[in-house]
Amino acid sequence: MESVAAQIIPTDETPGAREAGCLYFIDRALTTFDRAQQPVYARGLETLQAKTRELVPNAGKFSGLSPAQQIQVLKAIENTPFFAQVRLHTITGFVANPEYGGNRDKVGWNLIGFEDKFHYSSPFGYYDGESQLSAGSRKG
Amino acid sequence: MANFKPNTQVDFVVIGSGIAGGIMAKELSSAGFDVVILEQGDFLHEKDFRYDQLKRTSTSSLLNDDAPTTFRQTDKEKAVHSTAFRYGRCVGGGTVHYSGSSWRHHESDFIERSRYGPIAGTGFADWPLTYAELEPYYTKVEWEIGYSGLGGVSPFESPRSKPYPLPPMPNKSSGVLMERASRKLGYHAVPVPVAMLSQAYRGRSACIHCGFCSGYGCKVGAKSSSLAAVIPIVEKSSRCELRPNSYVREISVDKSGRVTGAVYFDANKQEVFQKAKAVVLCANGLESPRLLLLSKSSLFPNGLANTSGVVGKYFMPGCNASAHGIFEHELNEFKSVTTTRAIEDFYNADPKRGYYGGGRIDARGNTGTISFALGGLPPDTPPWGSGYKKALQENFNRTLTVQAFCTALPQETNNITLDPDVKDAWELPAMRVTYKDHPDDMKNKAFFRDRALELVQAAGAIKSWADPVREERAMGHTMGTCRMGSDPKTSVVDRFNRAHDVPNLFVVDGSSFVTSARNHPTCTISALSFRAADNIIRTAKNGSIKAPAAS
Repeated sequence: MESVAAQIIPTDETPGAREAGCLYFIDRALTTFDRAQQPVYARGLETLQAKTRELVPNAGKFSGLSPAQQIQVLKAIENTPFFAQVRLHTITGFVANPEYGGNRDKVGWNLIGFEDKFHYSSPFGYYDGESQLSAGSRKG
Repeated sequence: MANFKPNTQVDFVVIGSGIAGGIMAKELSSAGFDVVILEQGDFLHEKDFRYDQLKRTSTSSLLNDDAPTTFRQTDKEKAVHSTAFRYGRCVGGGTVHYSGSSWRHHESDFIERSRYGPIAGTGFADWPLTYAELEPYYTKVEWEIGYSGLGGVSPFESPRSKPYPLPPMPNKSSGVLMERASRKLGYHAVPVPVAMLSQAYRGRSACIHCGFCSGYGCKVGAKSSSLAAVIPIVEKSSRCELRPNSYVREISVDKSGRVTGAVYFDANKQEVFQKAKAVVLCANGLESPRLLLLSKSSLFPNGLANTSGVVGKYFMPGCNASAHGIFEHELNEFKSVTTTRAIEDFYNADPKRGYYGGGRIDARGNTGTISFALGGLPPDTPPWGSGYKKALQENFNRTLTVQAFCTALPQETNNITLDPDVKDAWELPAMRVTYKDHPDDMKNKAFFRDRALELVQAAGAIKSWADPVREERAMGHTMGTCRMGSDPKTSVVDRFNRAHDVPNLFVVDGSSFVTSARNHPTCTISALSFRAADNIIRTAKNGSIKAPAAS
């Protein structure tokens, strides 16, 4: 499962689903608020195995494939309800509040630039900062 | 807070504690009347609110998520379950979780039928009151509830008797880009008025710009919700009792057709009948008509106050159109209020466009990381893999949305009815929504989508795209279902929100709206409530409320 999540948000020079612990988010989802999705995962993992054997005849498990082979297998099941659900859970877990198990150490939030703070003051971004600066210089 | 016995006849039962019910209860109890507020939802406080982005997008105790509403587009179809009809179900109602953008209607909104003539297939009509009559109450809303804004800068604003009590919120990058685009295109960007405190006001704290407005309860009480601005006053009153977790199933009438009180289920699903001299129904544009339809009697076989047959009809939701763009530098739109600048250059309908419709356009960004990651990226982004990750990383803080709030025409065939098959958790017939956009509404959304895209591009986006124009299937801002009018044959309430059929029943919320204006109903709902309350107090004091005989 972790290998699938790791292809959805891969690890490169920055952290991906693996470092964010998206697997733990999926675990939590399937045992609490998204219990109803368990059969989708159970059937989906069988499909994944079957597709792995079909496309890479001598391979064992999906997790043992090369990255390119993994992408090839996932592309073949990309339109299944299983893949849609894993994608939804992986992406959600990556940027959800860390207490749900994913976004560990806020790696997802840090990657996209969301600050976990509850108090800000103006300027908030580049353009309003720039506009304040130019308004200030006009006054002076 | 007062504590009344159900078999004691109180002066008023107010059903719903959103902004209409909150204001109504405050005004009536302050005038010396005994009031019981019945609220379906929980009584949550600032300490209960959590900034949990997952709960926001899946389930939340602020909303009626578990209500088994059904939806269909026409009465030829079988309605199917839908979770898309959400409203605030907690003390404070929808104002607890809304973004706080809160605009007055314009003078023209009340007289559009006179101005543009009839529109085939619709109940397009003038309101039975004018902007001038409502203006003092708009001012009262802004000052008593606590609004921040800047009057007198928009060339399209209708006359106001007083400025906003507080200065506008600090501008955000989305607002600066809106100003830039408007200058280029010859439009007029103006500060968005918000029911939010830009400075400390009347013992309440100023906004700390945390960014968790839309979809969340405010943890510092700076959002001027019914919960923060009104409920604390009624809680202190010895004349008012607020009963949360009270789900009303019927407004009862006696043989003479006068309302006698309300029957509700308490938190333990036990039935209670609260006696009252009069009832004010403030349950929102969906639940108010539903409760009237549920309240059938031999005198009112088609539902209470429904001899016109109009209860539930002419349902109007908020219609939207939008476009997006990616910019070179960070916008950081997850900070502070949802939106700070808007244009009203296309507010009025224009016969030259060949259809009826208008709207208001604001600029905003992404406030939620989950909603952005799942739905905010450009349509040509790979759905997963390294291309997806790169887009997510680069664009979360640099994506602007320009959003149009558009007209919805009142059509008799768009309505709220009782589902014949589905029951809710209290074994009552579920709400069934029938809605299909008028062809003019669709043309209008396409027009506004194009304007939104032009604005994004004029602001200097390095990449831009527009959302497809869609028929509405998910709806907030529910309006029109107990419409106001002078003729009892074609409307449910009169110009003071009194039911034509029942002298001691009043309906005050978005359901009173005759036309949709340009979405953003809260300021007008609030003003209608202050105005109706004034009139109810006068009526009660001169003895003409026509209460049932006390038994």
